[in-house]
Amino acid sequence: MSAVLTPRTDSPEAPAASVDTTSAWSRWANEHRKWLFAAPAMAFVAVLIIFPVAWTGYLSLTDAEGSVRAESEFIGFQNYLDVLTDTDRFWPAVWRTVLFTGVVLFFEVILGMAIALLLWRPFRGEKWVRVAILLPLVATPVAVGMMWRLIFDPNIGMANQLLGWIGIGPQPWLAGQHSALPTTMFIDIWQWTPMVVLILLAGLTSLSDEPQEAARIDGASSWQRFRHVTLPLLMPTVIVAILLRGIDALKTFDILYATKGRGGGSFHEVETLNVYAYGLSFDYNDYGVSSTVLIIFFLIIIGVMWALTYRKKGLGR
Amino acid sequence: MKPSKPYRVFRNSALVVVVFALMAPLLWMIAASFKTNVDIYDTAKAFVFSPSLKNYETVLQQANYLEFIGNSLWVAFAATTLSLLLGVPAAYSMSRFNMKKSALVVLMARVIPGVSLLVPWYYVFSNLKLVGGFSVLILSHMFVSLPLIVYIMMGYFDGLPTELEEAALVDGLTHIGAFRRITLPLSVPGVATAGILSFIFSWNNFMFALVLSGSDTKTLPVAIFDFVGYASIDWGGLMAAATVVTLPIMLIALFVQKYVVSGLTAGATKG
Repeated sequence: MSAVLTPRTDSPEAPAASVDTTSAWSRWANEHRKWLFAAPAMAFVAVLIIFPVAWTGYLSLTDAEGSVRAESEFIGFQNYLDVLTDTDRFWPAVWRTVLFTGVVLFFEVILGMAIALLLWRPFRGEKWVRVAILLPLVATPVAVGMMWRLIFDPNIGMANQLLGWIGIGPQPWLAGQHSALPTTMFIDIWQWTPMVVLILLAGLTSLSDEPQEAARIDGASSWQRFRHVTLPLLMPTVIVAILLRGIDALKTFDILYATKGRGGGSFHEVETLNVYAYGLSFDYNDYGVSSTVLIIFFLIIIGVMWALTYRKKGLGR
Repeated sequence: MKPSKPYRVFRNSALVVVVFALMAPLLWMIAASFKTNVDIYDTAKAFVFSPSLKNYETVLQQANYLEFIGNSLWVAFAATTLSLLLGVPAAYSMSRFNMKKSALVVLMARVIPGVSLLVPWYYVFSNLKLVGGFSVLILSHMFVSLPLIVYIMMGYFDGLPTELEEAALVDGLTHIGAFRRITLPLSVPGVATAGILSFIFSWNNFMFALVLSGSDTKTLPVAIFDFVGYASIDWGGLMAAATVVTLPIMLIALFVQKYVVSGLTAGATKG
């Protein structure tokens, strides 16, 4: 080892001038490597995220609309007043967002847990099941929306044919004013339950077998072992799954736009906050109001995340 | 502790149901892409039909999909490469120096609704006459890629023992040298995971391209809508287009399944 170190030791007569200049830069770089490494990414994020969010905040206080070059006036909290008293589009959109997120999370976590438990112990053909789990997850959401649009078509879709075979009349599915939102929830559950399966399966595999064994020896039934041993140990992972899926479910856009188009359909039947904000911005160019909706939406997301991480900390220990 | 026979029967039948529910719609889409529109409307020909390549001809030749495939590839590739260049060193620093707050700033990008970024970007970039070009599109896709890469790589670096780096320092390497020659080569699986996931997310991204792409830079998820008219839908063409968009990414994912799964579940079990 000392042989390797010899040329580097700081003997007074050693290095030539050219080495000195590079090592000065190299010494500086090494000393400041923490920020040298992190700064570019952080600057990128800061310029293109913090600035836009700040600008969205500013726009929400103006009457900006029409062309992006048009003059706009500062109008204080007028937009917030308008939006928060809008029971025609805004509050229904809030309700749909909450309902959509709540329902898909409920089913995705229950189904995801059930499937993860089925896959937990090794079995023959495991590889093929894992392939089936992975495919919906990586499929392009817009293409998935189009796929279900054909299956749920009231006239030619396979869904109504299947119902016909078991003697149930045709349903309007995506075309119905009241059935559209549940149908889009179904599509979301189809595509994203596998995500919950993968996360919970990773959690299950990392658990040690000993508590399970101990409970078994004490005569606990398999339900008791799940309820009182596995589930509490797995809870932190469940919360992570809820957190990750919850953030994305609140922001669902692709499948709603693919199946119902602009404005969430002609009666806005699947118009969530994200779809509403998109429509205000890019169909109506009503930037002031859309920014207001976005700021409120953003606060809702932060609130939900905060509540969940707070709960996670409480449960984790 | 081998599972009991009744349980195994139950498990196997339950898994058959799960696999069928997940696979059947995808197979149905692919089957429909080989049907003529007449056959799609004829419920008697749901399962037995004579396959035709006509829809793929429409998609690849008339609808110009080869160009859109190229656009999607270029945007996903460029956004992933640039995000790796920015994200991997940043993740290293954040992991080794325990920069929790900085990491939080980058991860905020995952939480913020895309629309709230799009409005100001659209303001700025359309005044700069950049909307419709590749540069803005790639930049916007980096917002999906960069946080994802930082998130995955931070977890990876956290799990990499520091002893090897310390040994390299003793042997005379600088800190940056140790990162470049020791840590980075050891991180190839992590970088592959992050890169693959970033590519998939960029390929699938719809909203940014919907606003920021022009007719020359349109990516595949936006191009699908060419088959949805106001009055009628070319179902055969639409299913062929959907297959062209999603089948390549599904095949890639199968090929590198291990990486995709480890990327998707990164950090999930640390609590």
